[in-house]
Amino acid sequence: MAHALLSYAAYVPRHRLGRAQLAAALGSGGGKGSRAVASYDEDSTTMGVEAARAALTDGIKPPAIHFATTAPAYFDKTNATAIHAALDLGHEGFAVDLAGSVRGAVGALRGAAASGGLAVLSDLRTGRPGSADERDGGDAAAAFHFGEGEPIVAVLAETSTTAEFLDRWRTPGDFASGQWEERFGAEAYAPLIDDAVTRALAAAGVEQPDHVIVSSPHARAVAAATKRYAGRVPEEAPAIGYAGTADPGLRLAAVLDRVRPGETILLVVAADGCDATVLEARPAIERARAPKPVSQLVAGGRDLLYATYLTWRGLLDREPPRRPEPGRPAGPPSLRSESWKFAFVGSRCEACGQVHVPPRRVCVNCRAVDRMERAALSRQPGTVATFTVDRLAFSPSPPVIDAVVDFDGGGRYTLEVADASPDEVEIGTPVELAFRRLYTTGGVHNYFWKATVA
Amino acid sequence: MASNGIKDRVAIVGMGCTTFGEHWNRGADDLLVDAVEQCFAATPALPKEEVDAYWLGTMNSGQSGTVLSKPLGIDYKPVTRVENMCATGSEAFRNACYAVAAGAYDRVMAVGVEKLKDTGYSGLVRSNVAGDGTAPEETLTAPAAFSLLDPAYCRKYGVDPRAMRDAMTHVAWKNHVNGAKNERAQFRKEVPKEKIDAGAGRVAGRLGVMDCSGVSDGAACALIVRAEDAYRYTDRPIFVKALSVIAGPASGPIDPGYDYTTFHEAVASAKDAYAQAGITDPRREISLAEVHDCFTPTELVLMEDMGFSERGQAWRDELEGAFDLGGRLPVNPDGGLKSFGHPVGASGLRMLFECWLQFRGEAGERQLDDPRLGLTHNLGGRPGTCVSFISIVGARQG
Repeated sequence: MAHALLSYAAYVPRHRLGRAQLAAALGSGGGKGSRAVASYDEDSTTMGVEAARAALTDGIKPPAIHFATTAPAYFDKTNATAIHAALDLGHEGFAVDLAGSVRGAVGALRGAAASGGLAVLSDLRTGRPGSADERDGGDAAAAFHFGEGEPIVAVLAETSTTAEFLDRWRTPGDFASGQWEERFGAEAYAPLIDDAVTRALAAAGVEQPDHVIVSSPHARAVAAATKRYAGRVPEEAPAIGYAGTADPGLRLAAVLDRVRPGETILLVVAADGCDATVLEARPAIERARAPKPVSQLVAGGRDLLYATYLTWRGLLDREPPRRPEPGRPAGPPSLRSESWKFAFVGSRCEACGQVHVPPRRVCVNCRAVDRMERAALSRQPGTVATFTVDRLAFSPSPPVIDAVVDFDGGGRYTLEVADASPDEVEIGTPVELAFRRLYTTGGVHNYFWKATVA
Repeated sequence: MASNGIKDRVAIVGMGCTTFGEHWNRGADDLLVDAVEQCFAATPALPKEEVDAYWLGTMNSGQSGTVLSKPLGIDYKPVTRVENMCATGSEAFRNACYAVAAGAYDRVMAVGVEKLKDTGYSGLVRSNVAGDGTAPEETLTAPAAFSLLDPAYCRKYGVDPRAMRDAMTHVAWKNHVNGAKNERAQFRKEVPKEKIDAGAGRVAGRLGVMDCSGVSDGAACALIVRAEDAYRYTDRPIFVKALSVIAGPASGPIDPGYDYTTFHEAVASAKDAYAQAGITDPRREISLAEVHDCFTPTELVLMEDMGFSERGQAWRDELEGAFDLGGRLPVNPDGGLKSFGHPVGASGLRMLFECWLQFRGEAGERQLDDPRLGLTHNLGGRPGTCVSFISIVGARQG
């Protein structure tokens, strides 16, 4: 690892689908606990933005973004660019997707470590109704920032094995993956994992790691490897379901939340081979814990109806609201307002201090012309000045809650309130901004910001 | 800023207005012919051939002057199409009046039309300009935008939300009572307050369907001539005292200084219009007001913006019946947007049509006793970002 891991953070969407609901609706399957579900206005890009924002303190500009997902919002267009824009990084630097398979997670981590920059691991996991992927999957994101400085963990060893075998696959356009008989995958994975882990531990000179994370889309392979390579400290894995590319990131974040300096971590990602990494926590970890620990992100979810989940994922074609769909965002104006639309940057009048979102050239207060400086508000808290619940508006999940938000230090905008029910919003309610997808029309995702109750 | 006005320089000598409603069997062309022919039939002294120029207002039912010249078969005359959102009909009237006052023409017609019910949707359908997808209007509907007034008003003036809701209900109830007396209105039934209350909250915020104006098709028109010529065409013309249209910086939605309990544009247009007309005490001098009751809280706020109520008191005045047909200042005696309906481009002229009938003593069951001055108010846009139009008309010069 050429660059040091400096900070990390995770993101878990607020909604939870209780597995008992699956059994109730489908007559079989189900199980205990619940999985995390990205809201209808979230995707791998928006969740990635939230993890990345949490991982970076304001003003830090990583030179590269390596974005890994199995659920890219776009093909043939880089998704990491929206993350780059949302982080207000200007036009400098590199942004790339590792989109398609779970192993992209390791690719993003190793790429960001090599070049310096941000690894963003974000995923939505879906499957056919009643499938194990639906039941056992989860949606989440994690981000890791590499750069010059004191590392929070040191990499003691990195090894890999690779094999071509038919365990999971999905052809482009399909929404669910195919899987071979489970026992076959378990047999195929076992030697690949053993080889990578054995070599990694030997190279690191570690006999029993303090913490072990085994992440794989193959549940049986995970169970076997976890049994074989037990850590000294039992893992407190976030119980939100297997989160694809985000899974190793989320679980590494959970370990980093509580690891002590000097302790070792074995991170095993088994996907079409195996990547084993041995890490050792350094004293800097004590000063670089994520702003919100994973345990806090996992707790306090909102229960979701199975029918709503199916609707959000496009698996239940419900009657739409009787309103015209909004127009798709147009390319040229979206580029002209890139820093506004993606990074919530307004303008502040140099003459009188009035804040304008979106930016204006003529001050609404003192009418000064073209005397504006940037006013970046994406991290600015605000309060609700007035609000409404729009039961007529077009939305995949009505009703839409709208609030007029006054930002601390100036600026006002009317924003949809995400992840809330009408009784949670009133005049004076404190809110903060979240990057979301307002709607998708004509194949174009309309990314913008919403308010969430703080 | 000079706003000299054209007080008593032009007069309306004929008007027409279709019934407003869901005219499944009539297109915009039919509605235009209906309103215009009705007007000419009632004004035999001013035949179509003598009209020098036309102004057509429509928000969304077509573009250019041909929207009017084609169905009417106008013989190569000036036709101007104007648009100013929900104040479109008023804007057509204003520009037509100015043309006569300027001396450019002697006899002109202002026409407004809207065909809303061909879209397949129950509410207004916007035609959005291509944008970056961040404008709240992209998703926030009109009733939702106006419902923002309700909690803000209650909070600012400490009004019990229940009392505010009662006042909103009274606005809807009153305007339906009035509309029930109007053969041209879209909804001609009184609605019990309990029924209005029962539907509250089903559309946006605390607004129900009964808090929203009627979405309808319709057309209306006015013949305008020089004031000195007015009596050549009718024995009972009405005279234009003031015309004001105001657009602000549309800063409400981005300026924390705006508190969602007023329309600054409406206040400014009222001030301008009162100055043009020489009105100093609108509460006493205005005999009737047709205001833009697009949603019930809008009418309440407008009562304060027009100076008909003290700040924070409109809800109380409304509940006390001040603006009922028999109240101290009848507001929306024809039923308003609420029950007459709101075919956008026609609404401003429809408001003038009620003044026309009232001043001529032709308002039937709604007839007021000796009205002197009438005010029409049109709002185009949303709280914090709108245009406001006001006209003041009177039965007499001077």
